Amino acid sequence: MADIVLDKVSKKYPDGTVAVHDVDLEIADGEFIILVGPSGCGKSTTLNMIAGLEDISSGELRIGGERVNDRAPKDRDIAMVFQSYALYPNMTVRENMAFPLRLAKMDRKVVDEKVGEAARVLELTDYLDRRPANLSGGQRQRVAMGRAIVRSPKAFLMDEPLSNLDAKLRVQMRTQVSRLQKQLGTTTVYVTHDQTEAMTLGDRVVVMRGGYIQQVGDPQTLYDQPRNLFVAGFIGSPAMNFLPAEAEESLLRTPLGDLPLTDRLRASLARTGPAGGARQLIVGVRPEHFEDAALVEDSQRPKGFEFTAPVDLVESMGSDKYVYFTVEGQRASAADLEDLAADAGGADLPPQDSLVTRLSAESRVRGGADAKVWMNLDKLHLFDPSDGRNITLTEDKPGAHAD
Amino acid sequence: MSVQEKVRIPARRSPRTKAVLSEGKRQERRLGWLLCAPAAIVMVAVTAYPIIYSVWLSLQRYDLKFPDQKEFVGLANYATVLSNGYWWSAFGVTALITVISVTAELVLGMGLALIMHKTVVGRGLVRTSALIPYGIVTVVAAFSWRYAWTPGTGYLANLVTPDGAPLTERAGALAIIVLAEIWKTTPFMALLLMAGLALVPDDLLKAASMDGASWWQRFTKVMLPVMKPAVLVALLFRTLDAFRVFDNIYVLTAGANETSSVSMIAYNNLMKGLNLGIGSTMSVLIFLTVAIIAFIFVKLFGTAAPGSDDGTRR
Repeated sequence: MADIVLDKVSKKYPDGTVAVHDVDLEIADGEFIILVGPSGCGKSTTLNMIAGLEDISSGELRIGGERVNDRAPKDRDIAMVFQSYALYPNMTVRENMAFPLRLAKMDRKVVDEKVGEAARVLELTDYLDRRPANLSGGQRQRVAMGRAIVRSPKAFLMDEPLSNLDAKLRVQMRTQVSRLQKQLGTTTVYVTHDQTEAMTLGDRVVVMRGGYIQQVGDPQTLYDQPRNLFVAGFIGSPAMNFLPAEAEESLLRTPLGDLPLTDRLRASLARTGPAGGARQLIVGVRPEHFEDAALVEDSQRPKGFEFTAPVDLVESMGSDKYVYFTVEGQRASAADLEDLAADAGGADLPPQDSLVTRLSAESRVRGGADAKVWMNLDKLHLFDPSDGRNITLTEDKPGAHAD
Repeated sequence: MSVQEKVRIPARRSPRTKAVLSEGKRQERRLGWLLCAPAAIVMVAVTAYPIIYSVWLSLQRYDLKFPDQKEFVGLANYATVLSNGYWWSAFGVTALITVISVTAELVLGMGLALIMHKTVVGRGLVRTSALIPYGIVTVVAAFSWRYAWTPGTGYLANLVTPDGAPLTERAGALAIIVLAEIWKTTPFMALLLMAGLALVPDDLLKAASMDGASWWQRFTKVMLPVMKPAVLVALLFRTLDAFRVFDNIYVLTAGANETSSVSMIAYNNLMKGLNLGIGSTMSVLIFLTVAIIAFIFVKLFGTAAPGSDDGTRR
């Protein structure tokens, strides 16, 4: 077990493309950290550099305090689980799991013991003499995990280990992976493109985009205090709503109506920009920060803003309702949002002119009719469209955004 | 007749699928056989008939120099050949050439395949130049080897054995024959092995290096087992080819100094000696040997069970 430190680590390919830019990251001993981002964001490259499967172009990588830049993967004492599982087809489950131990020239008895133990933990005891071809996807995945844990390495690296499983199994395995990691307490770096996986698994989540780290933090912080538009839009499902807005003296013009500027918002605006004059902004509101106006308690009401809009569609989830509203006017636009749209292929993001809200299940809102909706102004985020920065963030750390 | 039988057998074996698929499946199979038929008929005409005819010839005393003495003699020809020293000497030479050349080709071919597989820069050039020897007609190549080893004029002869004439002694001649064989067919081996290398998923090698395997361990414990079917196919092809070695020997030594292969003496008996009986017997024996080699290899395939081990390719 050990900590992993990335000190200005970069990856530059011979053709000049830079996949990873000066990544600084300190992963504590025993921590479960997730690298998440759309494809091509450099998360897998970063993982491969930690593994030693790709050379580090510049910067330093330390595992357990030792510089390991020039060490071969086999000398770094870390185990990796691949998306394809990469099980050796010619070996049985037992041989697969014993492979790293046998290479380490361990005593046969010790090997049997460790493999048996790992198989017990992963419920693979009955399958030890089968070959990978005769296992189901979930079982193969567990064998891949088993091969990693038998060695008790300094760290686990996981490259989208659950992506090849079907949805239900993925959720099951997710909890199993999480439990296993807590149990073993081994430092784990986990790469995924799925924000739900990132949120549910990690102690801390690193959001990456275009080779840059966007934000590092525990899942709740990322969700509540996204540093920029990209993180705000990437984390959370359904995604945050973004609306174009124009700030004036004491109000905020949006397609939903003129929102009053609360003290908090006014302070943010004053802190981050020139006083006076109209200013273009993007308003971000999470779906759960809307409520059916009829169901809002009187004590809450003054904190928010009420508006009426035509209901497009209602999706009842049982515990609550996803209500889609049609919003007139222009769509918010910024480079960050375009990246997000490109990643989602437009599927996960709300369609043009649409607002996603998550209302109580008791709401009587129906499709086709107009509905009165309350929006919590305390939870509203304001973003600067030019650089995507979240200007409502209270503990503002400058220089974190890389564009 | 046989078409219909073949159709019914699998259907009978799995009654469950019969109910659902029988009609369409049967139609499909019938079409399959019809499409195969022209090729099968040609095969029978050009392969089965000559084989059966040569078996028939091998059971007769039949020498074109004495056509009057033609007579059915049963297995007497086989007894003659199998108790003959020349046959066994040729058999030994052939086996020696086969084993040495195929082994060397496997090792060199694997090396060449790895190089061709890994090369990023000038891939086409590397592959083309590696394949040149295989593209040259064997007889032409054999002649160039013969000239190279001719004392006085050949550059290899001057360089390696300035005082000797290697093609005129048994050991030297055999070494040159083996060398010519290796030079000629290593590219073919490499080509087959490269197809096998492409079957080894990259992740598997990465996983092995993460698991602590050195380069050699990755090669022997992961690569070779995964590409074993391809290696076996390559070995089978080359062994069968090498056992019938003829052109190189014919050009280089013409079988002098006991360098004849079995194909060589079969040719000599048939074409030069005009002894159809003995020559056919030898041909049939070569055919049987080759069949046995193939049978052994196919049995090996059976144990390797290709197709059941592609678990990681998804």
